[in-house]
Amino acid sequence: MSRLIRMDRTGHSTLAEWRADDPAAVEAAVEAFRRELDLGYLAMVTTGPGKAEQVRELPVDADTVILRRPIAGG
Amino acid sequence: MAGGGGPPGGLLTPAVLPETAAVYWRPRVDDARLRRIGRLWTLTTVAHVLPFVLAGAVLIWLEPLAAPVALVCLAHAWVIPELYASRGANVMRPARRGDARAESTALGLLGDLVGHAERDLHARTGVVVEPGRLGTWVVGESGALLVRSGGRRVDCWCIGVPDRDLPSADRIAHLLLALRTDEQGFATVANMAFSGARGRVRRRLTSQMRPALDVACGRDRTNGPGPSS
Repeated sequence: MSRLIRMDRTGHSTLAEWRADDPAAVEAAVEAFRRELDLGYLAMVTTGPGKAEQVRELPVDADTVILRRPIAGG
Repeated sequence: MAGGGGPPGGLLTPAVLPETAAVYWRPRVDDARLRRIGRLWTLTTVAHVLPFVLAGAVLIWLEPLAAPVALVCLAHAWVIPELYASRGANVMRPARRGDARAESTALGLLGDLVGHAERDLHARTGVVVEPGRLGTWVVGESGALLVRSGGRRVDCWCIGVPDRDLPSADRIAHLLLALRTDEQGFATVANMAFSGARGRVRRRLTSQMRPALDVACGRDRTNGPGPSS
């Protein structure tokens, strides 16, 4: 089961869960994904030890997609 | 199937941190640039210290009774670099803890992102050590330290998520994910608060965090001086 999670003030919230062979769940996840991107979140997936990538479309085969806020120099 | 109907193999964007667009005027940080900045910091420190030391020495030479004034000069020579180092170490100052349940939830996610050793280290120190190409990073809630030159030099970077409501572990996870996406971009977006000898930063850190810096220095030493020395 793949998960779309957003880091927020609760720690994190699971916005969607899906399996690649469940089109309805995937569609719901895609909608949630786009909604969060529109709100300014950035989507990240871990691609290996110590590596991450930003994604602009929901990678359906990813285990976990993490949404984060943009960072800035202090 | 992917959202937006994009090509299955084209989901991943090139590894450039999107936040770098907000600081487009800054040259991208690399080893050579870090070396130059490090030398500038050293020169600045010398430029601050030397005049006061010379003034103190000349005062005593001219008039031994001026020793108290000379001591004030020497105190300035000592205090100014210490203030700079303190400013650097302050980037690692932990923020006020919020809701315990949120902190616990965020900790679970951070734990998923790091290995067992880093998880243990975070539990003891509140920060995460992450190896990189520029050096070894110590990632805190609102800043990061970059240990390089075989553990001899530490750069202090001020960077964070502009959302004070996020739990501590989430703030670290934000920085960790950005760092893992594009290390050079991360350093480009961050503001350098200090660069100098490890000891100058270490003694300004909280005692809880010092072991993390020691671990990072050890790892950077083990990995060799590398291109950043």
